Amino acid sequence: MTALAPSPQPAAVAGARDVTVVSRKAVVASAVITALLALLVALAPHSGSTSFRFSSETDLFRIPDVAVPGQATAWVCVVLAALVTAAMELSVRRGRRVPLVLSAVLALLLIVGFLAWAGAGSDRDFPVVRLVGGSVLLAVPIVFGALGGVIGERAGVVNIAIEGQLLAGAFSAAVVGSLTDSPWAGLVAAVLAGALVALVLGLFTITYKVDQVIVGVVLNVLVIGLTSFLYSQVLVPSADRLNSTSRFTPVAIPLLSEIPVVGPALFRQSVVVYLMYLAVPAVWFALYRTRWGLRLRAVGEHPKAADTVGIKVQRTRYRAVLVAGGVVGLGGAFYTVVSVSSFGKEMTAGAGFIALAAVIFGKWDPVRAALAALLFGAASNLEGALSIVGAPVPSQFMLMLPYVVTVLAVAGLVGRSRGPAAAGQPYVKE
Amino acid sequence: MKLELRGITKRFGALVANDHIDLRVEPGEIHCLLGENGAGKSTLMNVLYGLYTADEGEILLDGAVQRFTGPGDAMAAGIGMVHQHFMLIPVFTVAENVMLGHEQTRVGGRLDLDAARTRVREIADRFGFHVDPDALVGDLPVGVQQRVEIIKALSRDARVLVFDEPTAVLTPQETDELMAVMRRLKEGGAAIVFITHKLREVREVADRITVVRRGRVVGEASPTSTDAELAALMVGRAVELTVPKGPPQPTPNALEVQGLEVTDPTGAVVVDDVSFTVHGGEVLVVAGVQGNGQTELAEALVGLRTTSGGSVRLDGTELLGRSVRQVLDAGVGIVPEDRTHDGLVGAFSVAENLVLDRTDGAPFARGGVLQLGLRDRFAREKVEEFDIRTQGIDTPVGRLSGGNQQKVVLARELSRDLRLLVASQPTRGVDVGSIEFIHRRIVETRDAGVPVVVVSTELDEAVALGDRILVMYRGRVVGIVPASTSRDVLGLMMAGIPQTEADAA
Repeated sequence: MTALAPSPQPAAVAGARDVTVVSRKAVVASAVITALLALLVALAPHSGSTSFRFSSETDLFRIPDVAVPGQATAWVCVVLAALVTAAMELSVRRGRRVPLVLSAVLALLLIVGFLAWAGAGSDRDFPVVRLVGGSVLLAVPIVFGALGGVIGERAGVVNIAIEGQLLAGAFSAAVVGSLTDSPWAGLVAAVLAGALVALVLGLFTITYKVDQVIVGVVLNVLVIGLTSFLYSQVLVPSADRLNSTSRFTPVAIPLLSEIPVVGPALFRQSVVVYLMYLAVPAVWFALYRTRWGLRLRAVGEHPKAADTVGIKVQRTRYRAVLVAGGVVGLGGAFYTVVSVSSFGKEMTAGAGFIALAAVIFGKWDPVRAALAALLFGAASNLEGALSIVGAPVPSQFMLMLPYVVTVLAVAGLVGRSRGPAAAGQPYVKE
Repeated sequence: MKLELRGITKRFGALVANDHIDLRVEPGEIHCLLGENGAGKSTLMNVLYGLYTADEGEILLDGAVQRFTGPGDAMAAGIGMVHQHFMLIPVFTVAENVMLGHEQTRVGGRLDLDAARTRVREIADRFGFHVDPDALVGDLPVGVQQRVEIIKALSRDARVLVFDEPTAVLTPQETDELMAVMRRLKEGGAAIVFITHKLREVREVADRITVVRRGRVVGEASPTSTDAELAALMVGRAVELTVPKGPPQPTPNALEVQGLEVTDPTGAVVVDDVSFTVHGGEVLVVAGVQGNGQTELAEALVGLRTTSGGSVRLDGTELLGRSVRQVLDAGVGIVPEDRTHDGLVGAFSVAENLVLDRTDGAPFARGGVLQLGLRDRFAREKVEEFDIRTQGIDTPVGRLSGGNQQKVVLARELSRDLRLLVASQPTRGVDVGSIEFIHRRIVETRDAGVPVVVVSTELDEAVALGDRILVMYRGRVVGIVPASTSRDVLGLMMAGIPQTEADAA
């Protein structure tokens, strides 16, 4: 037996230089937003105090309301945000990525600072519990949409049709929920409807290898048209029978719901919200810790390699897309069996596209994507919050906010991100 | 396990890629499948591995006929393959790559990564590989990635192992180590199919040799055959293995490269402080294992890649910072590495491709109108001169064979008034006949007093064509040595050992 000669170590040529490039985008974007807030506070000063109400009537422990001088608090938040930005810059200089915690803290500071400024001098107070709870509620369809997006793209199929799947889910949940008078049946119908849209997506992109983006866009238009047509032709004439669901009622979870602030906001919700809490870690576990997830990611990264170890690429992708569609459909049910009790034309209003942004913002990771979706939910919720205190910000601007946040997030804060290598590419067997 | 292929035929449309091929591989034998690019070796192995279905013929393992509907079946039957382009997922760890497709799970469907790690370590220890099961595959050097491929095959108890052009990405020393691994596998009773077109490797390791040409088995050869005999069998006629050329006649005009640096988008410095001078009448070959910065260097020279420092001066004029158009106008001829992507427009005709870079002015365009008659006359001339085998000048260039496509590129570049020729992998995927022709034309260009830079990963080509050889390793110049330097020293240099130390080794 020949001994394997160890290969000579290339000692003389010292290891190749490798300069780690960490994107500065996150820092730049943070600095810009902090500066914008500072400008706002400086140019339009508000006097008076802002009060935050932390408790609701049913709380076991009641936290007293907090009234702070609005302008001063806003400045404190600006300064802290600047410090956090500086910390980001430091970590980038050291060649490290910006930690997720810093970004989260920054987002929180900016929101608090803005609220303190906006609410200063108002005689009404911010109901913090309702703000947090409302953000979570608005985020629900986005979170489910983003989870579906993550699953699809990890398997190599870009799911642009999230919007369509949400809408199909909402519609089916409304109709089936009304007919059966059971929100549970509506939920199941929504899952099936989402999967059905996904099946069409799969048929065209996986089997017929049509461009995934085009099929996704077309599906969205198709579902919008179809549901709008059926709504005006079928649902409106017999709204009582077909379009009035009984909603899930909020269920308080013992103990957890008694936690101050967080409890009532997060744990006095309906079952769909609890499903969301479970879905995020469940999808994470499935993707990273199970055979299904390993094969799914393999197929999204290097389908040919997966093929050569005997994994059926097409079948794996179909399964992933169907599961993704089901998850998104579940999010769609939120509109008609949790939020309101009837279907309305185009009621998803672009949540599917924001979910798509959350997928990228969250770097194709279910947990990060869900956090991004929460951020977008909070941005949508700000509008409501500001109208409560009668803040001097035009409501149109506030309606714009979630989309501005989305654009900034995707373009800037996310930094350099790399999606699954084979996302968007149909697998053609030679 | 004994492998037998009987009468395997595989057609793609009118093309017969495999024509009734018979092959027998005994356990404990290294059977070499020798043939040119496009001879049908890889097709045959893809049939064996279940990636293709044969139109005719059967596969037998230990005398039993097999039916493979996919690679899964082939693997289950005990066939393992080390692919030319590694079938590994770069963002997965070694253990995850090895377990993929036959994962063990624990309660609750959790992947049993520990079992996979143990399996990797066990096989690695058996062969003396140093492989960390938790390393990300994308971070590993190619030589180690190949070992992961081998471990992957062995972890499924493969008894028939196919190595498809395994040495293309290895340094000569790594190649030697691979040969040792193959011998060891053979001693363990595995049947090994070794696919290659490199004669030296064949003679070193093969027990039996089957030569394939144009989809057919043209004969068996013994490992004691000479290079010339094997080459003649492979090509079908006697082949000139050396490039006839006189001693270089250097002229004063020169390409001078000083401290050239290229950074790729991820921030890695891929060309690091590279300096050299090539005079007219001289061929400098940039050698090295694939992926050590040669591609980037060649692209930087011709302005296709932004540089982060240094200078490139041709006859005293700076080329850096100029557009590709200006570089071309300065008299630089470019033979790109990937002709189908960068060298030609496949759907365009031979004639159109021959004037692709000259359609913005006289003589081929006047007042924005193409001079088709002139172009066609020019094209016919070049087809004649460069012996381009095509049905006509109107044939889409994509339909030509690799060798003839490369001749089109060369004809276009050499028909301008050149002051520098940069040729990247000019003979990759080109048949032996065309290789001879291309080499001759490159030498003629040199003899006309033009500085020539050739990038090649084939040591044989570097030695045959070059007057001097620049060896690159991880973006740096290990050394510039005369072409007469011994192969062992060149091999060590390709692994990053400078010549002075390599001489001592």
